Amino acid sequence: MTEVVYNQEDGDPIVIDLKQPGKAALLAWLWPGAGHFYQQRFAKGFLFMICILSIFFFGLGLGRGRVVYASSKPGDFRWQFACQAGIGLPVAPAVLQAIKTSAGGDPLFVMCERFPPPANYPQGPGSDLAFHRITDENGNGYEGPTLKDGFMAAPQGPIFQNDRDVLGMWHYDYKHNFDLGTLFTVVAGLLNLLAVYDAYVGPAIVTKEQLEAAKRKKNSGS
Amino acid sequence: MNENLAIVIAAAIPIPKLWYAVPLIVSISLVYGATRHEHLKPILIHSLRSAIWVTGFMAIIFGLIWLAGFWN
Repeated sequence: MTEVVYNQEDGDPIVIDLKQPGKAALLAWLWPGAGHFYQQRFAKGFLFMICILSIFFFGLGLGRGRVVYASSKPGDFRWQFACQAGIGLPVAPAVLQAIKTSAGGDPLFVMCERFPPPANYPQGPGSDLAFHRITDENGNGYEGPTLKDGFMAAPQGPIFQNDRDVLGMWHYDYKHNFDLGTLFTVVAGLLNLLAVYDAYVGPAIVTKEQLEAAKRKKNSGS
Repeated sequence: MNENLAIVIAAAIPIPKLWYAVPLIVSISLVYGATRHEHLKPILIHSLRSAIWVTGFMAIIFGLIWLAGFWN
């Protein structure tokens, strides 16, 4: 059991029982607010959970489930995932998808299928349909291989710098929502790191002693 | 600071994308406030201050970019 005490300038000191800080920090990382529930700091637990998860899932919805994925493919190194991973378990499907597709397999939870690029893409016949979503209108009974968009899965197929690819189609289809979704989920992951810190060492409250020291410093300087 | 807030709100009405900043400002302010205090009341007060500060900062950047638009 670890207890921290913050002496206040006015009123009683604030005493917080952090229980096992390491365990609390791990729980806080796994699920926003869980570490605080373990420490029986319920109000803050709810506050962290609602604030962080709401913007994470809002962002995920804006990006239609495609903005959180793990990829280190050339041309699509998804550094944002390192920030998104700060939220713990909610990004677990992205890790699962990365493992599932690492050997070239199809992702789980397929949301739609797309035309693959033809052999001589981007010049050859069929290039105009490459990477487009297969619908009843353009499908015409197509039964060949497809590229699949999976929930929290990296874009399938090759990534080009100057030609259309699946990632480019995501940006085209979802416009600014793809970037906003990425931003929201990145911010949610980073905010959860603050919650983990709070569960591990307690809040960064300014104590009576720190206030007095600041006043002394100010007075000696003036 | 309230004038800054009014400028941002007035500017946000014809630019719907600016409304996406609202949930971010609210969440960031509340989470940051919660890492500085333990009880709900000081958290809310700190959050309100942070939200006003962030909105004011955004208003200043907005103003600078808006002025830069005249630099042709």
